[in-house]
Amino acid sequence: MTEVSATDLVVLKDVNKHFGALHVLQDIDLTIARGEVVVVIGPSGSGKSTLCRAINRLETIDSGHITIDDKPLPAEGKELARLRADVGMVFQSFNLFAHRTVLENVTLGQIKVRKTDKKAAEEKARTLLDRVGVGNQADKYPAQLSGGQQQRVAIARALAMDPKVMLFDEPTSALDPEMINEVLEVMQQLARDGMTMIVVTHEMGFARSAANRVVFMADGRIVEQATPDQFFSNPRSDRAKDFLSKILHH
Amino acid sequence: MNVLLDNFALFREGFLGTVELTALSGAIALVLGVVIAAFRVSPVPPLRYFGAAWVTLLRNTPLTLLFFIAVLVLPRLGMNTWSFFQLAVLALSCYTSAFICEAVRSGINTVSLGQAEAARSLGMTFTQTLRLIILPQATRTVLPPIGSLLIALAKNSAIAGGFSVFELFSVQKTLSEQGYNIFLIFLWVAIAYLIITFFISAVFRFLETRLAVAR
Repeated sequence: MTEVSATDLVVLKDVNKHFGALHVLQDIDLTIARGEVVVVIGPSGSGKSTLCRAINRLETIDSGHITIDDKPLPAEGKELARLRADVGMVFQSFNLFAHRTVLENVTLGQIKVRKTDKKAAEEKARTLLDRVGVGNQADKYPAQLSGGQQQRVAIARALAMDPKVMLFDEPTSALDPEMINEVLEVMQQLARDGMTMIVVTHEMGFARSAANRVVFMADGRIVEQATPDQFFSNPRSDRAKDFLSKILHH
Repeated sequence: MNVLLDNFALFREGFLGTVELTALSGAIALVLGVVIAAFRVSPVPPLRYFGAAWVTLLRNTPLTLLFFIAVLVLPRLGMNTWSFFQLAVLALSCYTSAFICEAVRSGINTVSLGQAEAARSLGMTFTQTLRLIILPQATRTVLPPIGSLLIALAKNSAIAGGFSVFELFSVQKTLSEQGYNIFLIFLWVAIAYLIITFFISAVFRFLETRLAVAR
């Protein structure tokens, strides 16, 4: 992981955030290179979701700097909206627009934000829906789809904006076990295609197979960063050893 | 029976007066109410303060007092070209907008936060998020209370009759001065109000069933 700075896409420097008395992000320094897949793992309450949401400013930070493609994260307003269009986000609870069809979910951002014309947007949406394997569900409403299908639509919706980086905030945590793989496969394909991804997850299998780097967080700090091989076979910190021993022995 | 037939033109004029007052004030109140509700949930603090002040002031002032202000005070502050009818519409729509704002805001709060987060993540602005994602989903929840508010508006418009606007309630004044049986006058006035309020209920019932199917 010795990248030159020109390839750095997302840079967090000295980031701090509090929720009341709770110090959820403590002096976070993290750099993500173009095309890199970084998986953030750690016990619940460790601040990993907050970290992920801070990158497109769904959570504000108290101090520090976040830059995306060398541009500092702007404050609320048009400027921020423009930046968010370049950052894809996939939520734990899918958050598909409930009053719009699957197809409209994927075209809406293109039409209203990117100002793409309707026909081109629909064409692209259908291609993306096919790619994530839900092309035949285009005219249904989100509530008519299974969780796994909804999450794949959510991924297509984010991809439709041609994002520079994709953020995944526990994308499989709300899914039934038999649906987790269909979502992970889509994500794995994305990773192979060279998408820059930041993935908060509890799926260790995905971390092993798709990640370039594993970031381990605990109590609001980044405790350890390593390649998946190094991290899973030979974790350096006691905190990580403890965490792994709890989740890997069932 | 004679009360109605003998004075049909008068009743008709009064009925149309009430319909006009209600329709015009209702339309303005709906637009204003949605705009003020948007102010109240906006990320811009001055807009939020303005929205809160608007609702607090108008919701907590008796409507009759607002009419006195509109009819007696505003003309002295330069609005002297406004007719009584226009001033009455102003008072009614501002008053009702405060309540509609709160109904819309309660609807906005029923839409899960994730919907707004997803819209913002796609790069939608605050206005786009509200207009394309939140308000359409809030509409269904908001329809029943707004129906009630418009019915209340139709009845509140009677106050305008006390301020030189000719509407249903003024019909009663004119006729009882002419010595007609007061019970019959009230009966027909009440029926005329019922026609208007039943019409509003029917429109909203229709909208509710239509929106229920649309999902």
